[in-house]
This record gives sequence, C-alpha cells and structure tokens, in this order.
Amino acid sequence: MGEERADQREVLDVAMEAGHILLENGAEIFRVEETIDRICGHFGVESENAFVLSNGIFLTAGSSREKVFARVKHIPVRGAQLYRVAAVNQLSREIVEGRYDLPRIRERLEQIRTAPGKRPWVRVLMSGIGSGSFCLMFGGTVRDCLAAFAIGCLLYVYLLCVSGRCSKIVENIGGGMVITVLGIFLVRLPLGLDLSHIISGAIMPLVPGLAFTNGIRDIADGDYISGTVRMIDALLVFLSLAAGVGFTISIYHHLTGGIVL
Amino acid sequence: MTTLLTQILAAGIGTVAFGAIFGVPTRYYPYCGVIGGAGWAVYVVLWQMLELWSEPYVVFFATMLVILLSRFFAVLERCPVTIFLISGILPLVPGAGIYWTSYYVVTNQLEEASRRGFLALKVAVAIVLGIVIVFEIPQGFFRAAVGAIAGKREKS
Repeated sequence: MGEERADQREVLDVAMEAGHILLENGAEIFRVEETIDRICGHFGVESENAFVLSNGIFLTAGSSREKVFARVKHIPVRGAQLYRVAAVNQLSREIVEGRYDLPRIRERLEQIRTAPGKRPWVRVLMSGIGSGSFCLMFGGTVRDCLAAFAIGCLLYVYLLCVSGRCSKIVENIGGGMVITVLGIFLVRLPLGLDLSHIISGAIMPLVPGLAFTNGIRDIADGDYISGTVRMIDALLVFLSLAAGVGFTISIYHHLTGGIVL
Repeated sequence: MTTLLTQILAAGIGTVAFGAIFGVPTRYYPYCGVIGGAGWAVYVVLWQMLELWSEPYVVFFATMLVILLSRFFAVLERCPVTIFLISGILPLVPGAGIYWTSYYVVTNQLEEASRRGFLALKVAVAIVLGIVIVFEIPQGFFRAAVGAIAGKREKS
C-alpha cells in the first residue's frame, strides 16, 4: 500500500513536469490538460484533476481510495521552442503505448527540457533571412530586401541583449524604435530604398504570431481566461510596436521639419 | 509573373526562417515553407492579380487554406498542429498595417490612419474567423484524407 502511494505521487509529478514543458514552450491549453490526463490515466490515477492557465498549472488528486495530492506551479511566459512541444507530444503517445516506465519517462523529460535550441547566431541569421524574405514578399526590391536583412539581424541582436531585462512593453517599443531608426538611416542614403517595405519586413520578428494564434484557439476551445490573457499579450505587443515606430517617425519629422519619407 | 513567383518563394523562405526561430524541428521545414507559400499565393492571386473581393475576404480564404494544410500535415506527421500553424500564418498577419497606421497617426493624417487601422483590424478578424471555422472540422476528416492519399500511394 505504501509503495503504491509513492508511485501515485511519482505519476503526478511526472505528469506535472510534462505539462510544464508543454505550456512553457507554446502549446495550447487543451493539449497540456490532455497530456496530463493521458499520463495519469495510463498509470491508473483516476481522481486526477488538472486546471491549466496560460501561466500556471493546478494539479490535484484524491478520493476515498487515492491519497490526496495537490500541486500548483507558476510557469512564466518564455520564448517558445516548438521542438519541445513536438517531443513531449511524441513521448506521451509512446507512454500510452506502454513503452516506458516512470524513471525512463523522467529521464526523457529531463533530456527534452535541456535539449539545446538553435544557437544565438543562427537565430540572428534566421531573423535577418525572415525579415528580408518578407520585405520581398510585400513587394520590396532586392535592395530593400538586403536592407531588411541587415535590420532583421541587428534587431535580433538587440532582442538577445534586452530579453528578460526589461518589461515586454519597453522591449517592444524599443524594438520598434530600433528598426525605424535603422530604416530611416538607410533610406537617407542615396540608394533609392523604400521605408514602408523595409519596416514591414523587419517588424516581422517582433510580431506576436504565437500569442495571437494560441489566444484565438484557446478562446475557441472555451479556455476564455488563458485566451484573453494571450490576446491581451498580443495586443500590447502590437500597440508597443506601433508606438515605437510612430514615436521615431514623429521625432524625425520634428528634427527635419516634416520631410516626407 | 516573375515577381509573383518571387513573392511566393520569398513567403515560403521567410516562413521557414521564422519557423526556425520558433524552434520547429528541422525535418518539418519543407511543410512550413509549403504552407507559408500557399497562403501567400492565395492572397496575391486573389487580391493583387484578379482583384476579387477586398483584403479581409482574401485573407480569410488564405487563412483557411493555411489551417487546412497545417491540420493535414499535422495528422500526416502525427505531431502538434501548432508547429505548422504559427509560422504558416505569419505572412498574413497585418505587420505592414502597424507601420502605416502609426505613420499616418504621427503625420496627423487621421482619416488615412483610421482607414489603415480598421483595415488591419478587419484582417485580424478575418484570420480569427478562418482559424475558428477550420478548427471546427472534425479530426476524422483529416485522418480520412491522409488515409485516402496514403492508400493511393501504396496501390500505385
């Protein structure tokens, strides 16, 4: 009996850890709940109940037959790494097929949690390529595209420097300002560049695609609290970006006496 | 025609690049590229070439295609749909709208600013509707679609 109880605790701990990795890396609320339910169900913990919000998991268990267990975990929003979501999803599928025992699952989760992402310079390069491509896509010329590539790279260097050190609002206002300042600088050079295309491309690494998409899906699934939080997150980022871009253009206009860009 | 193809190709490459930043596993890059390119192809062909409907409608149809493809590939590869969805939808998100809205606000062209701002809002609503509607299609439909295509492949 004593051993069984320790076992149940272990199951819930493992389920919590799996949920933690999923939520932190950009999974939808229902996927987190489903994975926790699936792992608990597979190991025969029936009284389990998980309540998941966009930044925390509440997990309890306990009935007349099973021991009481309760755990709350606060999970701050961080940059998503989708390969971890894919890996945990795959693992949960394999758990249900009965291929793992608890210590092995714990080991696998630890591996997934510590698996390194792309190196910073690769991400800087990708940010540049993404910005350049999107600039071209919006109808920019090859020169505009190269300018957006350079700004996209520098923007990501800025993001790596400030991320986690200041609030998200300040970070995004700053990001909007960085691209606009660099953009205006390049446009002033006699190269025939177009500011609107450059900025439309270079702003893309900052656009909150994940928060926006997941917010909509959470609301559609009926997870209104988490959905609303994520939508507000996305809205704030959009507004901060607009403020950063607008502020810079307005200063430039004051300095130059209203030269049209 | 060349510009059109260049733009679609650029959409595909850009989608893969942003997918990489979001940590999409390398083996799914081709799918991300196809989804991003296809979404943008619908957008440019319907809106800029044929000039059918207005921008929000076009974005709505493009979003529907992006989600359909994402769900199809997710079932095919047995992985979370989020992986394809988040980078695939990016070309359609009104990033340029942010620039134009704030540009017209600070240059005091408020009429233009509100026109651009509302357009961006309408496009966002179109994306929301596209996502919500296609996610109502039951998973079984995509399983059947994947099954049919995989079955054909085995026969030939």
